[in-house]
Amino acid sequence: MTKTNTEDYLRMYTQMVRIRTFEDNANQLYLSAKMPGLTHMYSGEEAVAVGICEALTDDDRITSTHRGHGHCVAKGAEFKEMFCELLGKAEGYCRGKGGSMHIADQSHGNLGANAIVGGSMGIATGSALRAKLQGSDDVTVCFFGDGATAQGLWYEVMNMAALWNLPVIYACENNGYSEYTKTEEIAAGSITARAEAFGIESHQVDGQDVLAVNALTNKLVARARKGEGPFFLELMTYRYHGHHVGDINREYYRSKDEEKDWKENRDPIVRFRGYLVEQGIATEDEIEAINTAVEKDATDAVAYAEAAAYPDVSEVDMHVFSDIEHALA
Amino acid sequence: MREITLSQAVNEAIAEEMRRDPTVFLMGEDVAEAGTPFKVLSGLVEEFGTDRVLDTPISEPGFVGLAVGAAMTGARPIVDLMFGDFIYLVMDQLCNQAAKQHYMSGGKLTVPMVLRTNIGATRRSAAQHSQSLQALVAHIPGVKVAMPSSAYEAKGLMKTAIRDNNPVVIFEDKLMYQDKAPVPEEEYLIPFGEAHIKREGSDITFIATSSMVQVAEKAAALLDAEGISAEVIDPRTIVPLDEATLLASVKKTSRAIVIDEGHQSYGVTAEIASRLNEKAFYHLDAPVLRMGAMDVPVPFSPALEDITVPTPEGVAANARKLCAGEMIHAA
Repeated sequence: MTKTNTEDYLRMYTQMVRIRTFEDNANQLYLSAKMPGLTHMYSGEEAVAVGICEALTDDDRITSTHRGHGHCVAKGAEFKEMFCELLGKAEGYCRGKGGSMHIADQSHGNLGANAIVGGSMGIATGSALRAKLQGSDDVTVCFFGDGATAQGLWYEVMNMAALWNLPVIYACENNGYSEYTKTEEIAAGSITARAEAFGIESHQVDGQDVLAVNALTNKLVARARKGEGPFFLELMTYRYHGHHVGDINREYYRSKDEEKDWKENRDPIVRFRGYLVEQGIATEDEIEAINTAVEKDATDAVAYAEAAAYPDVSEVDMHVFSDIEHALA
Repeated sequence: MREITLSQAVNEAIAEEMRRDPTVFLMGEDVAEAGTPFKVLSGLVEEFGTDRVLDTPISEPGFVGLAVGAAMTGARPIVDLMFGDFIYLVMDQLCNQAAKQHYMSGGKLTVPMVLRTNIGATRRSAAQHSQSLQALVAHIPGVKVAMPSSAYEAKGLMKTAIRDNNPVVIFEDKLMYQDKAPVPEEEYLIPFGEAHIKREGSDITFIATSSMVQVAEKAAALLDAEGISAEVIDPRTIVPLDEATLLASVKKTSRAIVIDEGHQSYGVTAEIASRLNEKAFYHLDAPVLRMGAMDVPVPFSPALEDITVPTPEGVAANARKLCAGEMIHAA
């Protein structure tokens, strides 16, 4: 279903704001040394996750990346369980065992973030193979970044997906940087042409335009359900933060002017907000009310997560095997 | 009881489980019409069709990755890895992905997949088609590892593996595919983590995996004539490991040799020997010996290859020295 009514538009806006707000709070947790380890911010790329996930149902699967909070929120996850996971608490989506880079939310079809670049490409394609073998009409979206296009695994699984017409959509979030290196320095030729070489229909789309992403994804998902997949999307986007939250001084690989330009002129939330007001879909007051409500949700969830309990130490050898309660007992 | 080959036993186990559970499917290189180079899977595509017996491109990380994803979402794939040496190619999918999904998700995701592959030198296949790499996999928490020592074990362990909700790697010795053993017509499963005492003895325990069980049994027969009574135990799965049965035997015999065809250093033999030392030290009359493959890449020349693996004569010779109270160096 293409999102055309007010309710759908406002949900897409809300979801984008939820992602940005989640990330601002996560960054704050890092900066105030309340969060163990590091995390990778999705801020700036919200229209990609939301535009795509709004075209999916809970039965459709996604695989996510180390920069995965956006996908997780967009696929329907709750702040409380997400912040608990980021802080290593027992009530987190993965009981604190996964953390930021491994959040999985099976209830909404999120098969998990993955800390190996390109590591979930096989999983996503395998999920699509399962759908085909079992006659199920669900679709799997495989999120990955431009850096992951350098992994050989992608070419292996695209080949099989194309040979077997699997219902998988490869969604490459091209944010211009492969960690600390410009994409043009690591990617020869055209990225879409690589998918096209396997006979896979490919599209390049403005990843800062949530409606464009959503409209295209809706069409491709419907076709993938009918066995016309796979598809490839290259979504042109930008990450506002560094590779991870600790990557603060980054002028050696990209300029502040460039960052400023994307933030001021191409921000997906500002852009969509302007559109909603201009089209009379929402008033400025209504938009502010959404922002405030999301802000409060996040503040409450952070407070909850901070106060929540860590897993009991006895959990350390649980979940190693699915049928052995304590692997080391 | 009827006798069938190890190859037939594997084939039967897979066919039975595919009939029983429609979510089970098979994939790998040349698994369909070719039935693998070893012909282990011959006939399955005729019964189950190409939807459930999938020939893949030569893309080991890719198709093992597909199996992980299919397993995570409700299927039970059996992946055929044509040679155990190709494990190196799929390490990320197996060890970073399959092995860790259940743990990383706090128990929410499961990966019920079987990866069947092989081990075994002395087939004149040289360094990249002869390795026994079970220790690499056994080192990784989250994967179970089965090592059938005959057709009987191959069938029962395979059926258990397919029904297991965790990733399981089965290492079959490729030199044993044509070896026959009694296998009941009626259905049976062999539980994981239960060692089998193949032969009782009182003077020394041989703990041996896969084809090394045959080596140990032959060594035991040689020693019998000399009045040395050797017990032979097959752990059947090295993860989980039936430590209790091994310890009970060693406490009884007070001596042990651990035999596995993987390289000796940092290997399966080292792990088991170490556990025996830690938990049965005061019952031992001699150091626990490891006998693995020589720490060299597997050579091609028969003159060289044959001396890299444990033999019945070698095991018997070491056993004699242990029983005579001689301090010796491992072979």
